[in-house]
Amino acid sequence: MTLYEHDVIVVGAGGAGLRAAIAANEEGADVALVTKLHPVRSHTGAAEGGINAALRDGDSWEDHAYDTMKGSDYLGDAPAVETLCQDSPEETIQLEHWGMAFSREDDGRVSQRPFGGLSFPRTTYAGAETGHHLLHTMYEQVVKRGIQVYDEQYVMDLAVTDHEDPEDRVCQGCIGYDIKTGQLNGFIANNGVVIATGGPGQMYAHTTNAVAQTGDGQAMAYRAGVPLQDMEFVQFHPTTLPSTGVLISEGVRGEGGILYNSNGERFMFEYGYANNDGELASRDVVARAEVTEVNEGRGYENDAVHLDMRHLGEERITDRLENIIHLATDFEGVDPLEEPMPVKPGQHYAMGGIETDENGETCIDGLYAAGECACVSVHGANRLGGNALPELIVFGARAGRHAASEDGADAQIETGSSARTETADVDVPTELGRVETGSEDAVADGGELHSGSPKEVVNRALERQQERVETLMETDGINHADVRSDLQETMTENVNVFRNEAGLKQALKDIRACRERYQEVGVSDPSRTFNTDLMHTIETRNLIDQAEVLTLGALARTEFRGAHWRQSHQERKDEEWLKHTMVAWNDGAPELYYTDVILEGESKEYEPKVRSY
Amino acid sequence: MSTHVSESESEAQAGTDQQTTDRPAAQQRRLEKKRARNEQRDQASDSTETDGQTVHLKVFRYDPEVKDKQEPRFDDFHVPSKKGMTVLDGLIYSRDHYDSSLTFRHSCRQAICGSDALFINGSQRLGCQTQIDDLDQPVRVEPLPHQEVVKDLVVDMEHFYDQMDTVEPYFQEEDLPSGLEEQRQDRENREKIKMSTRCIWCGACMSSCNIAAGGNYLGPAAINKAYRFVMDEREGEDLKQQRLETIEEEQGVWRCQTQFSCTNVCPKDIPLTEHIQELKREAVKSNLKFW
Ligand SMILES: Cc1cc2nc3c(=O)[nH]c(=O)nc-3n(C[C@H](O)[C@H](O)[C@H](O)COP(=O)(O)OP(=O)(O)OC[C@H]3O[C@@H](n4cnc5c(N)ncnc54)[C@H](O)[C@@H]3O)c2cc1C
Ligand code: SF4
Ligand code: FES
Repeated sequence: MTLYEHDVIVVGAGGAGLRAAIAANEEGADVALVTKLHPVRSHTGAAEGGINAALRDGDSWEDHAYDTMKGSDYLGDAPAVETLCQDSPEETIQLEHWGMAFSREDDGRVSQRPFGGLSFPRTTYAGAETGHHLLHTMYEQVVKRGIQVYDEQYVMDLAVTDHEDPEDRVCQGCIGYDIKTGQLNGFIANNGVVIATGGPGQMYAHTTNAVAQTGDGQAMAYRAGVPLQDMEFVQFHPTTLPSTGVLISEGVRGEGGILYNSNGERFMFEYGYANNDGELASRDVVARAEVTEVNEGRGYENDAVHLDMRHLGEERITDRLENIIHLATDFEGVDPLEEPMPVKPGQHYAMGGIETDENGETCIDGLYAAGECACVSVHGANRLGGNALPELIVFGARAGRHAASEDGADAQIETGSSARTETADVDVPTELGRVETGSEDAVADGGELHSGSPKEVVNRALERQQERVETLMETDGINHADVRSDLQETMTENVNVFRNEAGLKQALKDIRACRERYQEVGVSDPSRTFNTDLMHTIETRNLIDQAEVLTLGALARTEFRGAHWRQSHQERKDEEWLKHTMVAWNDGAPELYYTDVILEGESKEYEPKVRSY
Repeated sequence: MSTHVSESESEAQAGTDQQTTDRPAAQQRRLEKKRARNEQRDQASDSTETDGQTVHLKVFRYDPEVKDKQEPRFDDFHVPSKKGMTVLDGLIYSRDHYDSSLTFRHSCRQAICGSDALFINGSQRLGCQTQIDDLDQPVRVEPLPHQEVVKDLVVDMEHFYDQMDTVEPYFQEEDLPSGLEEQRQDRENREKIKMSTRCIWCGACMSSCNIAAGGNYLGPAAINKAYRFVMDEREGEDLKQQRLETIEEEQGVWRCQTQFSCTNVCPKDIPLTEHIQELKREAVKSNLKFW
């Protein structure tokens, strides 16, 4: 066991984490990145389509904000959305100044393309591999600045003080497990910890997300006392390859790709799903249209529809979407220059996450979050394509800066239970939260609070995690993979594009069953060297917690908004549901409450309107 | 269903100089028990699926810490076959159903994170990008040659990262335009560097290169990274000279003997050998010293 000490510890080295680290470094802080994958392996590298930023004449941050509020189905908070849209141009140009290889126009300026739900073609891109370039460019800057990176270091827990009220708690650091050696390490953060661990897509069987996307940061923050916000809003991307979940970028539709059903009909128009925007309607609309086509017998085998881009011509495709040719060929065995690609919706993005304000700060002092794991909230009920990458750089930078130095503008978004406006009561079919075993050996527990000086708090947390690892290693239990696949199955079956009350209740029961079985897991690999069995076992616990929060929120929300579709509740109910779902761990008993959506922006109020495409 | 056929192939390049850790006796006993249980599970799975609907993987195993894995060996896994199945799918299935200690790096499943470069049927490829159908069976899966094996299919990447660092792998701007003005870059220039920017740091090229094996040669990936910056018109002439000097040094471009092995294995189709040749020409043009 070793103790390391830095001013700022950034957990996760994808787009958000790298940007946060650079910002903290520029503020003069001694910052370290702690990440379970080497930085260039982070999932930001998989992003394809682009970054939204109002850069051109005829466009404005106000228009970007308007589109984003509308796309969010009025569940985004205006101060967060406006910050996103105001800061994004500068942050995007910053990437260009750092050498990012954007696609170019004839005059040498960066190119922009149309994307779903945008009133202006403001998606800046680098071929169909924008995320890869963004990730590598930022990692280069981290190397240039000599920022310390602890890679292949799995963060298992946060070291948080044990005050009763989460708002009095302080985060002093975190505990890492060195994957290469099996050693546990304590990281003391003098100024703050920034969580940037990405999304929890592995809750679902069919997802565009990497295997590492297990939402560890969300689960750790949740158990430390930070509420998870709006988790029921899961984005299903309409164009993923049926056999693997590999994403076919929205850029294909942006460039003019067309969706057909098995009758050869352009169903987005023929069946009236989006008479104005057709294939470029927002993602939730297209995903539902596809599933409806399949359910009504107009799909292809594998529950798919066809996405055709052949008419764009080889030259244009090679210029702007070349990566798509490789993806379709390698992963689906289809040459998209010769035939249409089969596609179906797949889990893609978590709109919800760790509740933060516009500075990335949570209700726990010294604990920040940014990127997909956080919910500021800019995406509300539905994220527009191309809005996640700007979120990483805008809020990554802000979180890093604020963690490094306390000063800066006060946030307009209030966090924690003081923002609570309403407590909820919902009829759940089973017990939720922590399993009381009464046994010392229970292996499931992943979070605990500790008291004392920063060093003591970190040391206690370290000891606690050491015990947990020992127990897991010595328990002769079941394989976590069995539990994980049960969880993925029920989420895919019951908490997908279409949802109903019975299914959601069934999912809660199944999640409970997973939680109980999880008490019996054991790690069968006896080795301390690169023990991925141990790491995946801990991740599975994190997925269970988040799946429960998500499903609980979805069951409670009896309306249809953005990505959240409910049978028997086929309308957006603004009177009742213009509010954020919060679930707090509350010592193991999930507590559901609501906070107000902030529709009031800098100079105007965003009036909820019917979303038509 | 793995039947643990030990072949003890010593051609494998495992770093066996590590020591076994001492464990207290009680813990040792518990671990023995677990091992026995694992074997039981393996055998159980062995008896169920033996019809022709399986693919056969032969997977390299080694763990410096675990007694019966200290001597490198191959394990056999028979995995139910599925249309579109990749080598990575086969490994994941084997791990999740037969032996949870089977260790390999992987994440994105879509050829972009670069973590599952492996030696598959005698050549460097990404597990996730390789369809099992395209391979002769049994499919032999080994760690990347010429790198130290940490455990099973995981190799130590430190040397690769160090070589990358040597070329100062970051953009160093000259005169930045102010504010929201971007640097202009010609479409042609972007096109010129495009392929070089695709590298996902998988290490396949280094592993395939005879000259990089064992030595200190910068290697194709690092030189390609240098190419990315040398050719970018946004970095100025002075810096270009400096970069050329770095890659021209003793361990640089002149070590390349144009064998094309790196180009052949690169999963991103980067014309590595061509890039190295082009840098040699640039170096000659700039009248640098010739090693
Ligand atoms: C296929 C795909 C395509 C996309 N395309 C676009 C697009 O075109 N435009 C757009 O705007 N958005 C897009 N998105 C969304 C966007 O890419 C992601 O939301 C974003 O990249 C997430 O970045 P992040 O920095 O939050 O997390 P990630 O990049 O996922 O990074 C997470 C980091 O956390 C680390 N980590 C995780 N858990 C732990 C732990 N326990 N301990 C230590 N470290 C940990 C990981 O190692 C990793 O470094 C796409 C997403 C996907 C999946
Ligand atoms: S150049 Fe190609 S083979 Fe070499 S590390 Fe990069 S992607 Fe891998
Ligand atoms: S798993 Fe990412 S490259 Fe294969």
